[in-house]
Amino acid sequence: MAEQTATAAQPAPAAPPAEPHTRRRVDGAWFRRNGVYLGLVVLVVVNLVITPHFASTGSLRLQLVQVAPIIVVSLGMAMVIGTGGIDLSVGAVMAMTAAVIPLYIGYGTFGAIAAGLIAGLLSGALAGSVISRVGVQPIIATLAIMVGLRGLANITGGQIKSIRDPGFRELGSGDVLGIPWVVLVAVVVTLVVWGLMTRTTFGRQLVAIGGNARASTLAGLPVKRVLTTVYVLSGLLAALAGALLVARNQASDPTRLGQLVELTAITAVVVGGTPLTGGQVRVLGTVAGALLMQLITFTLVAHNITDSVAQMVQAVIVILAVYAQVGTRMRRRSRA
Amino acid sequence: MPHPTAAAPGRAPEPPDSSGPLLTVRGVTKSFSGVHALRGVDFTLEPGSIHALVGENGAGKSTFIKVLTGVHAADSGEVRFLGEPVAFTRPADAQNAGISTIYQEINLVPLLTVAQNIYLGREPRRFGLVDTRGLNRQAAALVERLGIDVDVRAELGSLGLGVQQMVALARAVSIDARVVIMDEPTSSLEVREVETLFGVARTLAGSGVGLVFVSHRLDELWALCDTVTVLRDGRVVHTGAMAALDRVGLVSLMLGRDASDVRAAGTTDFGESHAHGDAPLLSVSGVEVPNRLHGVGLTARPGEVVGLGGLLGSGRSETLKAIYGDLSTTSADVEIQGQRVRPGSVSRALRAGIALLSEDRKAEGIIPEMSVRDNIALAVLPRMSRGGLVSDARIDALVEVFMRRLKIKASSPQQKVRELSGGNQQKVLLARWLATEPKVFLLDEPTRGIDVGAKREVQGLIDELAGQGLAVVLVSSEMDELVEGSDRVVVLHDGAVSGELDGDRLTSADLLTALAGGIPSDAGTAAGAERSDRG
Repeated sequence: MAEQTATAAQPAPAAPPAEPHTRRRVDGAWFRRNGVYLGLVVLVVVNLVITPHFASTGSLRLQLVQVAPIIVVSLGMAMVIGTGGIDLSVGAVMAMTAAVIPLYIGYGTFGAIAAGLIAGLLSGALAGSVISRVGVQPIIATLAIMVGLRGLANITGGQIKSIRDPGFRELGSGDVLGIPWVVLVAVVVTLVVWGLMTRTTFGRQLVAIGGNARASTLAGLPVKRVLTTVYVLSGLLAALAGALLVARNQASDPTRLGQLVELTAITAVVVGGTPLTGGQVRVLGTVAGALLMQLITFTLVAHNITDSVAQMVQAVIVILAVYAQVGTRMRRRSRA
Repeated sequence: MPHPTAAAPGRAPEPPDSSGPLLTVRGVTKSFSGVHALRGVDFTLEPGSIHALVGENGAGKSTFIKVLTGVHAADSGEVRFLGEPVAFTRPADAQNAGISTIYQEINLVPLLTVAQNIYLGREPRRFGLVDTRGLNRQAAALVERLGIDVDVRAELGSLGLGVQQMVALARAVSIDARVVIMDEPTSSLEVREVETLFGVARTLAGSGVGLVFVSHRLDELWALCDTVTVLRDGRVVHTGAMAALDRVGLVSLMLGRDASDVRAAGTTDFGESHAHGDAPLLSVSGVEVPNRLHGVGLTARPGEVVGLGGLLGSGRSETLKAIYGDLSTTSADVEIQGQRVRPGSVSRALRAGIALLSEDRKAEGIIPEMSVRDNIALAVLPRMSRGGLVSDARIDALVEVFMRRLKIKASSPQQKVRELSGGNQQKVLLARWLATEPKVFLLDEPTRGIDVGAKREVQGLIDELAGQGLAVVLVSSEMDELVEGSDRVVVLHDGAVSGELDGDRLTSADLLTALAGGIPSDAGTAAGAERSDRG
């Protein structure tokens, strides 16, 4: 189908096959890069038409507050996936943060958050070292940490505890200049990750390692250090997301918090156009991916379609996104 | 495809016409996106024969084997198996028809037992379940008949590589293969294991099976094979009795150089020899890598291009990788300007001023999805940044210098490197290493697989770099490149230095003799070669 679109878009019939990069056309590659933005725009327009009060500030605010922690986790995941890895432990790290925060709430809001972040950092450092130095596959290493950390969170945290701390209340429901703190945090994280990816040696090396690890090693890149750092960052961001959720709920619930978030995050990254094979990190695409999945759920639920159906729709979106990736690669291979 | 699938279904169980050849190949061609891999190959395999298939890298051996076994379809030409034209489209079809292939990497299941592997997919059944006892009995009988000493109930992965190869052979026998293709089966085997493998191969040949044998260890060819076919550039350049060829004869056929016909100069773009200082810039000694390198050493002075010669598998690339710290060594002494570089770390080697252009551009060189610019700057990112922040201005300046100096043809520095031609990709990699300002440049096949124009440019660049005082170590399978590009050639044979050629003795004829494993002065055949070379 993509091929037909391509011929229609190219008026010159006898043109010799141009270099692939000079052709701008709507094909799998274009769809992989921009499909998420297209989907987002379509969904917003549809909602403006069919969903009453969609454009109201209250509704918009709710959407953004809900998606903010997901964006924060997903950006960490995007970096991990950019190296060709995966981090299944993010949900468990969020739960661990939820378990740690009540223990250290006596040290104030910042003390408690710092304790949560340290937990995330340690978990990420463990995952990163095991992966980069021992050579364990990322999916196995982070799966083990996910299981272990869930258990640890249950032991240390246990049941729901409500958090009565003014700082956490402000973080969870307050705002500056009309922008909720939670959203502001997500925006700042997005900018920082974007800067990391585009402006720093770390970002370039990360993408290079994901693109060809062997060549990166031969080029003298600090492969192990970069890989470890990536998992540390993912752990930190997951912990931060956990803290945001605790603040928003005014309660910590280590047994439930962050469940299946790893899958939501992977979805956002993939839908956002970052290839699972690594070598690219699409920061804005990931943010758009998280927004898109959030908006799909919202749209369906707002029209009285159950959450379960929303999940199935999400599954279809993921399959489409992965198909766009794999399809592009297969066509490229057959051309080569 | 010339023939519709006439493969598996029609094969009669009775051995058809045992007098004719097993395989008859006529005029097979195959090209990949315009590059000819096979140009009209003729090949005949007789029953009971062990037929050597030899050629250097890129000669077309693997493509040919893949056409025989149904991995690739031939563009034109005919393959007859037991007299019937065939065109297998899947490896399984070839295997069912009776052509088995044993690869260098063993493709068996390590966690299953020997017996399970031999009969994988064809297990004897009782009451619909696998009859394990029957399976083991059959397998044991088979390995005994072949003279393999192994417990068929042992897990395959727990056995040595040699035994695993023999299990692969036994599997081939058990499916009644009439043709067994062995693609470098011995490359990871110990000497004793090779002997046993050969024993099994001879037993097979004795029972009328035809074997095609590919190996880079030349001695093995005379030890095992009766017939030899030499491929070069996709063509058959020789077919005949193994015993009728000697080593020099075979090597000159493989390399396309006749020992008595050596041209003076002119096929490459190298200039005259380079001026060099006296003290070695690079000095390497005692490089040991188990089973690969045995005490390899070499030196290179500033401005000197030292060639590293040897046939495939002689340890050339391994030597470069060991110097570069990428291959772990049990011992190695590498010195740059008298300063010892501790082995085993690429970044230490880089910091000491060593750069390695590796042979496999795709797997070990380019980062395909990244831009030309980012590929060039890859190894010097830390130098192009301050406090971890990359300075794009400095990178752009650097990239521009190198794109102009090496005449890299790309639509812009932002173009993805994957979209460039092989020659331009190679120049991008050369630029990556030159940006590190190396003192010693190790080049592994710098002109392989690139077009003629780019090749001349790269050769010119090597001269230029030597002129600037770099020490260059050049590995090349092309005789001309090695002879004309180097000031001195160190010859490797089976992972050890077997000789060194310089000055007047650096000629194609002498190199040929040295590559074949002889020292020019003491090999009888070399005398004639030397004489004619003086003319």
